[in-house]
Amino acid sequence: MTQNSQKDYEQLRVSGLHAFYGESHILHGIDLVVKRGELVTLLGRNGAGRSTTLKAIMNMVGRRTGSIMINGEETMKCAPHHIARLGVGYCPEHRGIFSSLNVQENLTLPPVVRSGGMSLEEIYNMFPNLYERRFSQGTKLSGGEQQMLAMARILRTGANMLLLDEITEGLAPVIVEKLGEVLMALKNKGLTIILVEQNFHFAAPLADRHYVVEHGQIVEEIRADELSAKQSVLDGYLGV
Amino acid sequence: MSMIFGVPLAVLLGQLLIGIINGAFYALLSLGLAVIFGLLKIINFAHGAMYMLGALVTVVLFDALGVNYWVALFLAPLLVGVFGVLIEYFLLRRIAGQDHIYSLLLTFGVALILQGVLTNIYGVSGLRYAMPDVFKGGFNLDFMFLPYYRAWVIVVALLVCFGTWFMIEKTKLGSYLRAGTEDSQLMQGFGINVPLLVSLTYGFGVALAAFAGVLAAPIYSVTPTMGSTTLIVVFAVVVIGGMGSIGGAIITGILMGVIEGLTKTFYPPASSAVIFLVMVVVLMFRPNGLFGKEA
Repeated sequence: MTQNSQKDYEQLRVSGLHAFYGESHILHGIDLVVKRGELVTLLGRNGAGRSTTLKAIMNMVGRRTGSIMINGEETMKCAPHHIARLGVGYCPEHRGIFSSLNVQENLTLPPVVRSGGMSLEEIYNMFPNLYERRFSQGTKLSGGEQQMLAMARILRTGANMLLLDEITEGLAPVIVEKLGEVLMALKNKGLTIILVEQNFHFAAPLADRHYVVEHGQIVEEIRADELSAKQSVLDGYLGV
Repeated sequence: MSMIFGVPLAVLLGQLLIGIINGAFYALLSLGLAVIFGLLKIINFAHGAMYMLGALVTVVLFDALGVNYWVALFLAPLLVGVFGVLIEYFLLRRIAGQDHIYSLLLTFGVALILQGVLTNIYGVSGLRYAMPDVFKGGFNLDFMFLPYYRAWVIVVALLVCFGTWFMIEKTKLGSYLRAGTEDSQLMQGFGINVPLLVSLTYGFGVALAAFAGVLAAPIYSVTPTMGSTTLIVVFAVVVIGGMGSIGGAIITGILMGVIEGLTKTFYPPASSAVIFLVMVVVLMFRPNGLFGKEA
């Protein structure tokens, strides 16, 4: 696959990123690099700035300084709808399922931003529950189904870099397991994934690298093969 | 002739029909307000002025350029719609996200300026717009004489209302509008040009008001102040129906026209107050309006 042959391609480079909500200064100089086809997690405690990092990449926070390069293109001045068109798919923590739209309308809402996205049929094969409930109101689905819908929605658009915020939060173990399988399948397809995750046991076997975020900064970068050696450091940061 | 509660049936049916005609105007106007409120979350106090502008443009286009009614039916809403887009782009956008009171004052100011300037030019005595020849005459319905034009107003207003409802509830573009009403930031994160959608929605909403204005031109006196009196009633209609509910705005508009008509039959002195009375009762028992969602 072309994506695999370009493993060194820098899909995302964030440097010196500061972000503000009104008066509060949330991110204090985030630096990170994600290569094409990598699955990288942002670990850390609640309020460390992990979700804000994703939102800042999407230009959804109040004010930002620093630099965010997507596919080598500086995006600090881009309107949010242009960022999606660079192939970025964002799944927010609150899932963002629209209650005034049915499941299928929710699924087909985001415009296709690149070719090569999954067809509706492929998506329904991957998530049979969504097919059965395609005419139900989006928010009438169970939490797990809503999460599947929120994921499925950005797979259809052809986005090749997914920003996933706390996708396992509050879900039953069997659903979490299913999401793990989905992520593995997407990774094998060559998609780049940045995962904000509270559930370390979910993220550990999937990820290539982990960034630990604390007080709005990256304080540690851990490769998958260093995990066992650095486990105690990590536990210290996560307060486990 | 049969009587109902001491009122001749013919009178009752006649008022009912007039109520439906008035209701059609209320429906068109409150529909535009609901569409605008849904996506922009602003209460458009300039809506009455846009209605007036639609009627005035129709008259002026005819007097100055001989533009006929049918062309005006498209041209006036288009011009007013473009004007609305400019207002959104240059004024409303700058205060987006601020407290409701700012957009309320701004649109109210726009309405006052339009009304003031146009009064200066055209006066308040009212301009006449000749009924197009095709509409001369009417149906004899036994209980009343229904002018063709009033029948046309009912039909075309209902068609436009239904078309708008269909577009919003059943089409892809409508799904953008509905989703944008809930979370426009996420919509933009998906790659949808929300600022453009907002401009066009405001333009479309005021174009609906202007369309109502064109319909009104041949039957109501066209004056720069015609919008301000209508607007108060329309706001009451929107409050009764529930802010932001599209179907609710249409049904409530027609219903209120009918209730007003019936009140005229049974107790004429209350006819101008009855809608506000209904509003008070609805607010007491269903603060979000008859069709409104939980806030």
